[in-house]
Amino acid sequence: MSTTAPATGTAIGAPLDRIDGPQKVTGTAPYAYEHRSDNPLYLYPLHSDVARGRVARIDAGDAEALPGVIAIISHQNAPTLADARDRELSILQSDEISFRGQYIGAVIAETFEIARHAASLVGVFYDEEPHDAAFSPDRDDLYTPDRLNAGFPTDTEEGDVDEAFSSAAVTLDETYSTPLEHNNPMEPHTTVAVWEAGDLTLYESTQGAHTTRRTIARLFGLDRDRVRVVALHVGGGFGSKGLPHANTVLAVMAAQMVEGRPIKFALTRQQMFSCVGYRTPTVQRVRLGADESGRLTATSHEVVEQTAKIKEFAEQTAYATRTMYATETRRTTHRLAALDVSVPSWMRAPGEAPGMYALESAMDEMAIKCNLDPIEFRILNEPEDDAETGLPYSSRNLVACLREGAERFGWEGRDPTPRDRREGRWLVGTGVASGMYPVFRMPGSKARITCEENGSYVVEIGATDIGTGTWTALTQIAADALEVSVEDIDLRIGDTDLPSASVAGGSSGITAWGSTIFGAARAFRGRHGHNPAAGDTAEAGMPDNPDTENYAMHAFGAYFAEARVDEDTGEVRVPRMTGVFAVGNVINAKTARSQFIGGMTMGLGMALHEKSLVDPRFGHVVNHDFAEYHIPTNADVGEMDVAWVDEHDPHVNPIGSKGIGEIGICGSPAAIANAVYHATGIRVRDLPITPDKLLR
Amino acid sequence: MRPYSYVRAQDVAGAVATLAEAPNAAFLAGGTNLVDLMKLGIETPDILVDVRRLTSERIEDLEDGGLRIGAAVPNSVLAADRKVRTRYPALSQALLAGASGQLRNVATTGGNLLQRTRCVYFYDTTTPCNKREPGSGCSAIEGHNKNHAVLGTSEQCVATHPSDMAVALVALEAFVNVQGPDGERRIPIEELHRLPGDEPQRDTTLEHGELITSVDLPPLAFSSNSKYRKVRERASYAFALVSVAAALDVKDGVVRDVRIALGGVAHKPWRATNAEEALRDEPATRENFRAAADIELEDAQPLRDNAFKVPLVRNVITRTLLELSEER
Amino acid sequence: MDAEIILKVDGTEYQFVADTRTTLLDALRERLGKTSPKKGCDHGQCGACTVLLDGKRANSCLALAAAYDGSEVVTAEGLAENGDLHPMQRAFVEHDGYQCGYCTPGQIVSAVGMLEEAEAGWPSHVTEDLNVEEIILDDGEIRERMSGNLCRCAAYANIVPAIREVSGR
Repeated sequence: MSTTAPATGTAIGAPLDRIDGPQKVTGTAPYAYEHRSDNPLYLYPLHSDVARGRVARIDAGDAEALPGVIAIISHQNAPTLADARDRELSILQSDEISFRGQYIGAVIAETFEIARHAASLVGVFYDEEPHDAAFSPDRDDLYTPDRLNAGFPTDTEEGDVDEAFSSAAVTLDETYSTPLEHNNPMEPHTTVAVWEAGDLTLYESTQGAHTTRRTIARLFGLDRDRVRVVALHVGGGFGSKGLPHANTVLAVMAAQMVEGRPIKFALTRQQMFSCVGYRTPTVQRVRLGADESGRLTATSHEVVEQTAKIKEFAEQTAYATRTMYATETRRTTHRLAALDVSVPSWMRAPGEAPGMYALESAMDEMAIKCNLDPIEFRILNEPEDDAETGLPYSSRNLVACLREGAERFGWEGRDPTPRDRREGRWLVGTGVASGMYPVFRMPGSKARITCEENGSYVVEIGATDIGTGTWTALTQIAADALEVSVEDIDLRIGDTDLPSASVAGGSSGITAWGSTIFGAARAFRGRHGHNPAAGDTAEAGMPDNPDTENYAMHAFGAYFAEARVDEDTGEVRVPRMTGVFAVGNVINAKTARSQFIGGMTMGLGMALHEKSLVDPRFGHVVNHDFAEYHIPTNADVGEMDVAWVDEHDPHVNPIGSKGIGEIGICGSPAAIANAVYHATGIRVRDLPITPDKLLR
Repeated sequence: MRPYSYVRAQDVAGAVATLAEAPNAAFLAGGTNLVDLMKLGIETPDILVDVRRLTSERIEDLEDGGLRIGAAVPNSVLAADRKVRTRYPALSQALLAGASGQLRNVATTGGNLLQRTRCVYFYDTTTPCNKREPGSGCSAIEGHNKNHAVLGTSEQCVATHPSDMAVALVALEAFVNVQGPDGERRIPIEELHRLPGDEPQRDTTLEHGELITSVDLPPLAFSSNSKYRKVRERASYAFALVSVAAALDVKDGVVRDVRIALGGVAHKPWRATNAEEALRDEPATRENFRAAADIELEDAQPLRDNAFKVPLVRNVITRTLLELSEER
Repeated sequence: MDAEIILKVDGTEYQFVADTRTTLLDALRERLGKTSPKKGCDHGQCGACTVLLDGKRANSCLALAAAYDGSEVVTAEGLAENGDLHPMQRAFVEHDGYQCGYCTPGQIVSAVGMLEEAEAGWPSHVTEDLNVEEIILDDGEIRERMSGNLCRCAAYANIVPAIREVSGR
C-alpha cells in the first residue's frame, strides 16, 4: 500500500489531523440546533396514527390552552405551497394521509417540554381506510419503474440467459433477502428556521446546503437569494440527509407563522423512523450458470423491493451485477411494490449494499459448487471491459485487492470444509467477497479563491463535511492545487452564501468539489500568477471531463472476515476484518481509513444486527429506537485492517481519486455471511444473521 | 410529559406518606427507567417524590452470613463490591451484563427490580397494549414477538421482564424489604414480580406507596459457584434474548443442590424448580442437565417469532451447569 | 411547575429556574448554552449525552435537572484546561477517533470516567476472573466498557487505540 501525491504537491496523501478536530473533541463545533438563536420557539410534530385515510377532525383546544403554546399548525391553517408537485414534501396541503407517521401538523411553543406535552393533548380523528403496507415478492401488483435511482436503466439483458442457464454444467438458483434498514445518523434531522421580512435562514443538518435551499425556495416560491442555509457541522447522514425531507418543510411553515422568532425542530430518535427515508427491503433471486472450468455463462439477478405510493424510489439493487464479472449472458431486473408507506431514500451505497450481499453470497456458493477457491473463482471471471457500457475501465484493480487482501488476512492454505474448525465453544470460519462503487460525477459546483492580506488564500465552496473529512481533504487539495502549504489555506464550506456545490452523496465529494477547486486554482493562477495582490480573486465551475464518455469508472474492493459462532447459542462475533481497496489517489490517509472502517462496520451491522420491523397491521416500524434497532456497539468491532493499492487513474478527475465514502459497506455483509457459512455449514440467505437462524 | 411537582422527601416515612395521599405520585430514584417512560407518556405521575438519597447505599454483612443491599446502591457499585464478586458472582455478572456503564452508575437496586418490560407495543402509545390500557388488546400476540415470553403467558400479555439483576436474585432466593403505608414487609423475591394473568397492568405485588428499602441475600454455601450467562444479538448494550443464573453444588460427580433462574422467557424471572428437582441427587452430566432443562421447558408455549428460545434456553442451561461443574 | 436549581458546570456555578420536566441535558444545552453533550436519542440508549455527574459518567438525558440541584457536572468542554486539550482529546485527534463528531464529546467524557472505574478495580462483563486484584485494560475491556457510547460513523476501531494510549498501556 502506498499513498501518492501528484507531482507538484505534498499535501495530498498526507495523514493530517482533521482541521475541525479540536472543535469536535471539545464539543464546541456547532451543529444545527446549537447555533445561538435569540428567543427561539420549539416545534413538536404531529404524526398520523393511521396509514391511509383522511384527517376528519382536530381537537386542539386543550393544547392551545396550555400556557406557552403559541400555535398549532395543521392542514387547516398551513401556508399553501407554491410548488406542491412533490408529494413527499408537500405536507399539510390537504387532509389526505398516505402513510402512518406522516406529518399532519405541529405544535409551536415556548419550550420543548411544553411543545411535547401539548402535542400529546391534540386529539386527531380520522376517516380511516384500509391500508396496504405488507411487502412481499409474491404480490401480483408488482410493477416496472421507468428508471432506477441515479437514472440507471431498470432492466438489462445480454444474450439468452435462460438458454445458457439450462445448458450450463454447474448452476445455482437461490434467493437472498435484506431487511428494511434505517440510516440513523447520530445527529437526528434538525432545522432551526428563521423567517424575517421575507428572508429565510435555515441552520440545517443536511448533506447539501445548496440542495436544501433550491428545494425549499421552489416549494415556497421564494427567491433563492432570500434563502440562506447554513450547515457548518453535520452529525452524519449516510444518505438520509442528502435529499430534503418533510421535516424541513414543517419547520419553514412554522417559521412563517411566527415571523421573527427562530423555530427549533430536532427529530426525536423515535421520529427518525417515520419519514426521513430508509433502505427498502429486497428479495433477490440470483441464478448463476458456469461451464466445467468455472467460467460464468449465465448470470441473472432479479430484484423485488418496495416504494411509496406517493413518490417512487427505485433502489438500483442489481446494478453492480452489470459490471462485476465476465459472463456470456446476463439479465438484471427490478420490480416494485407500491405501498402505503413513507418514501424510501438513499442509504449508504444504495443498490450496491443489498445487491452485492446477494451477488457475493451467490458467488461464494457457486465457487463451492465449482470446487474452486472463492478468490480464484472471482479472478477467473474478471472482465476485460465494462459489459454494461462496452467501455474500457478507467482502472480496475479488483484482482490486486483480492491478492493483497488474501495475503494480509492469511487466506493461503484455507480449508474450505465448513463447520470444521472449533476453538472452545466457538465455530470459526472465514469469508471473502468483492465490492464495487461507481465514480459519480455530481455536476454544478463552483469554487472561489481569494488572496488575503497576509498572503493566505480563502477557498470558498458550499460543500458539506458530514464526517467524511471534507474540510481537511479539500484544504489539502487546495494547497496542492495552488502550490502552497496547508497553513496558507482557509477553506470555507457549509453555507449557501458560498458558491454552489453538489450534495455530499454518491461518494462524489472529492470528484466534484476537488475538481472544482482544482479548476478554480488553475483559473486563479492563470489570471493572477504566483504573486497575487490582496483581494485578487477567481471563480470556476467544475471542469468537464470528456473521459467520462470513454471509460467506465468504478472503485473496487476486496473484503475478508473471520466469524465465530457460539455452537450453543448461535451468537456471531467478527473478531477481525480486512478490506483492501482500489480507489485511486487517497487524499488523506488518516481520514480515509476512517471512511473505510466506518463502511465496513456498517456492513457488519447490516450482516448481523439491523432490521426495521414493520407491523403491517399498523403500517409503521415498531422497533423505532436505539434499544430495539441494533447498530454495532464498540464491543461488536474487532481488528479492522484496512489498506489500499497503488492505483493511478488519470481519467477520473484531476486529483486521480475515486470516492471512498460508501465502498466500505459494499462487500462487507457478504464476506461476513460467507464466513458464517464456513464456520457453521449453515447458509443464511436472509439478513440479518441473528442467533435464532443458527441454532441447531 | 405532563407537568408534575418534584419533591425531595426527608425520610422514608415521609416519602411513603406522600404517596399514600397521592394516588398519582411516584417514587424517583435513579430515574433511568421512569424518566424514559415519562418522556413517552407511558408513566404520567403528577408528583415525583425523590427517594434517591433516602434509602441505604450500603452493602452490609448480615448476622446469618448473608448480605443486605441498600435499595439506593447503584448497580455499578453493587457489581464491583468485593463481597458480591466473591460470594455471589452470578449477581455481579448479571449486573455487568446489563445496560451500559453510564446507566449502571445511576440505576439503583430498587429501581432495577421495578423496571418495566421492553415490549415494543408497550413502548408505543399508539398501539393497543393491555398492560398500558387494560382491555385494549395485546398487539404482540399476533405481532412481532421475537423478544417475548414462552412461559407463564396469558391471553392478555406475553411480555418479558428485562432485568438481569432480578434473575440472579431469584436464583439466590433473595428477600425484598419494603416499607409502605401499612408498615414493613419482607417479600420473597419470587413473589415480588407477577405473571400477567388477567391483570397484565400489574408488574409486581407492591401496593401503591410501598418503597423498597433493601434486598437481603441469604447465605448459600455454594453461592460462590454461580454464574450468569446472557445471550443477546449484539455483543453489548442489549436486552437478553434469554439468560440463565445458576448456582451448583457438586460433590463426587453428583448434584447435591442447584439453583436455576431464567431471564427473557417470562413476565418475571423464572425459577426453574422442575429442572432443579430433576437434578438433585443426580449425576452432574451433560445429558442430565439437558433432560432437566427439557422438563422445565415442557410447558413452553412459543409464539410466531420466539420458538427459538426453547432450544436456546436448553442449550444455555446445559452449558452453564457444565461450566459450573467443571470449574469447581 | 418550576424548580430552583444550582449546578456547577465545568467549574462555574449557575443558578436558574427550570421546568421540573427539564432534563439535565436540556438544562445544559438550552438554558446554560453548554452544548458539548449532545442529544442523540434522549432515552439513555446512545451515550451521546454523557457527562461526569458528581464524578461518575452518566447519561444526562435521563437525569432530571431538578433532581440534581447542588450537583457537579463536567462536560467535554470542561475537560480542556486553560485552552489545552485534555490528553484524551489529543489522543482522539491523533488517532482520528471521530468522524462527524456528534457522539465524540460523549465518547471522550465516557472514556475519562471509564478509566477511573478501571483504576478503581471495577470488573466488566468481559473480565474473566471477577476476583482479579487489578484490571488489565486490554482492547476487549476497552470495547466492552465503551459500549454505552454508540457511533454510527463507527470510529470504534480508532477510538480503542486512542483510549489505550491514554490508559498508559
